[in-house]
Amino acid sequence: MSLLALSAPSLFAEEAPPVAENPELEKRVMRLSEELRCLVCQNQSLSDSNAVLAKDLRKQVREMIQDGKTDAQIRAYMVASYGDFILYDPPLQATTVVLWVGPFALLLIGAMLLSMYLKQRRRIVTDPTLSEDERERARALLAEARNSDQ
Amino acid sequence: MTRHLIPLLVFVVIVGFLWAGLSLNPREVPSPLIGKPAPEFALPQLRDGGNIVRAADLRGQVWLLNVFASWCTPCLEEHPYLVDLTRRNLVPVYGLNYKDQRSAALEWLGRHGDPYAGIVVDAEGRTGIEYGVYGVPETFVIDKLGVIRFKHIGPLTPHILNEEILPLVRKLQT
Repeated sequence: MSLLALSAPSLFAEEAPPVAENPELEKRVMRLSEELRCLVCQNQSLSDSNAVLAKDLRKQVREMIQDGKTDAQIRAYMVASYGDFILYDPPLQATTVVLWVGPFALLLIGAMLLSMYLKQRRRIVTDPTLSEDERERARALLAEARNSDQ
Repeated sequence: MTRHLIPLLVFVVIVGFLWAGLSLNPREVPSPLIGKPAPEFALPQLRDGGNIVRAADLRGQVWLLNVFASWCTPCLEEHPYLVDLTRRNLVPVYGLNYKDQRSAALEWLGRHGDPYAGIVVDAEGRTGIEYGVYGVPETFVIDKLGVIRFKHIGPLTPHILNEEILPLVRKLQT
């Protein structure tokens, strides 16, 4: 009976153990493979992808879990073969500093430019003194407006 | 004047980045294996399944590991260059027959020629995973101490062979 239960699913799916057999295990496989990038279809995670390599790597993850490996060990194994690129959450190191710090640096620069601009503008707005020329022009404009009203 | 210069400058910088980005190949993921010992394997030979070959057996010489399969179309593209390379007798090329069927692989080699000094079978793709293979064909240059010195993803071209691989092989052989 148990033999039948083991062999039957392979008739339908090429990826062996069915979810029902060990849901805890499958949950861990899914969680880990969501963190790992499929290298064939680079914008999908291992869990999203149907590429053959993604299936193989999921199988590898499953077997490593069954062997009692920790998540960290499995991640380290994948990084050893495929590099940090396989992680969707790349570690902070010399080559990824720009990636991690860049957005904050841009935000800071933006904030600085904005505050500079606002300070400059306040100075313009709060300085109401008009030169003699400007006064003359304002008078002319007001007079013109009055005339056209009539 | 500077008011108009700043957006222009920002634009130029963005264009510069995008322009550089156009010539980058996102498929060429730098391999973490360069400079590391080639992962050990113990795999059956294609022509004689009872005979197990280990990576350690190949130590003491500079060799190329070429990952190929009969189902892999780009492999056909590079195949003539491998045949030519072996004819020139410059460096032994070992084949890793990746996720293939023995009969299909043998037939493929019969039709297109067999440039390999030896072929091992990785039917399940496990050794492929250890070597970080994700796009067949891939070619590794491995030195006398068994350290991976170079990796090329995708079909070899005469340019890559003559400008990168062979100079490196010559350097490693001396």
